[in-house]
Amino acid sequence: MLKDITIGQYYPGRSPVHLLDPRVKIAITFLFIFIVFFIKSYIGYAILFAYLLFTIIISTIPPKLILKSLRPLLFVIILTFVINMFFTVGEDVIVRFWKLTITREGLNQAIFMALRLIFLVMGTSILTLTTSPIELTDGLEYILSPLKVFNFPAHELAMMMTIALRFIPTLMEETDKIMKAQMARGADFETGNLIQRAKSLVPLLVPLFISAFRRADELAMAMEARCYRGGENRTRLKVLKTETRDYIAIALTCVMIFFIMLDRYMF
Amino acid sequence: METIVKIRDVHFEYMNFEEQEIAALDGVDLDVQKGEFIVIIGHNGSGKSTLAKHINALLQPSRGTVWIKGMDASDEENLWNIRQTAGMVFQNPDNQLVATIVEEDVAFGPENLGIPSTEIRKRVDSALAAVGMSEFSDAAPHFLSGGQKQRVAIAGVLAMKPDIIVLDEPTAMLDPSGRQEVLNTVKYLNKHEGITVIHITHFMEEAVDADRVVVMEDGKVILEGTPREVFEQVDLLKEIGLDVPQVTELAHELRCEGLDIPPDVLTVEEMVDALCQ
Repeated sequence: MLKDITIGQYYPGRSPVHLLDPRVKIAITFLFIFIVFFIKSYIGYAILFAYLLFTIIISTIPPKLILKSLRPLLFVIILTFVINMFFTVGEDVIVRFWKLTITREGLNQAIFMALRLIFLVMGTSILTLTTSPIELTDGLEYILSPLKVFNFPAHELAMMMTIALRFIPTLMEETDKIMKAQMARGADFETGNLIQRAKSLVPLLVPLFISAFRRADELAMAMEARCYRGGENRTRLKVLKTETRDYIAIALTCVMIFFIMLDRYMF
Repeated sequence: METIVKIRDVHFEYMNFEEQEIAALDGVDLDVQKGEFIVIIGHNGSGKSTLAKHINALLQPSRGTVWIKGMDASDEENLWNIRQTAGMVFQNPDNQLVATIVEEDVAFGPENLGIPSTEIRKRVDSALAAVGMSEFSDAAPHFLSGGQKQRVAIAGVLAMKPDIIVLDEPTAMLDPSGRQEVLNTVKYLNKHEGITVIHITHFMEEAVDADRVVVMEDGKVILEGTPREVFEQVDLLKEIGLDVPQVTELAHELRCEGLDIPPDVLTVEEMVDALCQ
């Protein structure tokens, strides 16, 4: 069972959204986040929603999956909604009971905040659902590489992420093995209160950490043996390339932004 | 014949936990010819792994010199050339794969060497084909068996176009079928790609097909020669706690009982011939 764990929430596919250059996707997502907070009208959100809906449809991701990604944040969304509804100061009172008042401004603010959170989660989910962790890492390395001028370790960061992704399944398997070995010797991981349970994890964590350090040591040696010497002068097997579809995606995003600007500044 | 690895009077010491100096290598001399298949045997702590790491310049001798293809391994400037010339495969298949996809891992070495991506593509494809792992090029390493992982590790070394491959007990953690897979791959590379192989093992059966067998004990080379010459010395090998291949041992026992059987029997077929005469 441990063998088929998936990291992240990548939904494999070959849709135009999947095939986009990860750099373009990451950049568009950042732009999208910015736009979400920029909009201040219902028409703006309608345009954004249309854009999002279009992306979801051509990405062939089941809408259920995207709604699922909202679930963990449902509480936060509702809380934000309620707080904004009751505590925004305004003049146009709609309802008043006991000590609470709901004003038109408050209601608007509450709906905006909720929509922002929902769109934020949906937009970023589309990125993580259509991009494999490896592509994401590659894209991030390229996007962050200009920061190398300021000594930002872009390559090292990406390398660490790759190695982490590579070793998560290995360490999971190892955890499983150690757990079974300790259980065979009478260790109990399942009963007792929180503190007792935390204590019972010690015989699991100690061997796991020791082995992880040993692995790290061996891996470092193996990497050196294969001439690894940091990111300098390093080439890549897969070079990221922007193609026509990437320009189309950028163009569509620009159109969306144009209409939102139009809505905000012209009306 | 060109001598590709030349090791002269190499010493290496390390500190153990009680701060005592332990001599892992104590004056080793060894020459390896180009295209040779050489097996180094010896039990744990005999210094064979330490010697292997000297060939890849992962360790530097405290005394003596190692030359790889004429390059002095203690010279900082030769470091990367030596690591590219003498590739290394380690014991634990899990702890030497870096990337999350097989072909990305094979590409790791050439990427480090700064080779253009079209050339890397070619090298990755031919390296995977040479070890028979082409169909797994898109797989994740944790879905592969131990033998397959070791073959990927070998492909990763091959993609750097080395002259020598040093294998440090690559079969120690594998099941018998995985061992066979790896061994066949290594033999194929030696025979068909002309790569010099230095194979370190403690399975005596793996030494039978070698061109030359080197026996190490206490940081020294104590015996060296063709498999026949080495395994003839059954008593000496037993004395230092090493096994000989089962058939050779049987031949030895039979000889001791007075049967007229040559002392250098290595395979079952030879035994059959000897007994039927």
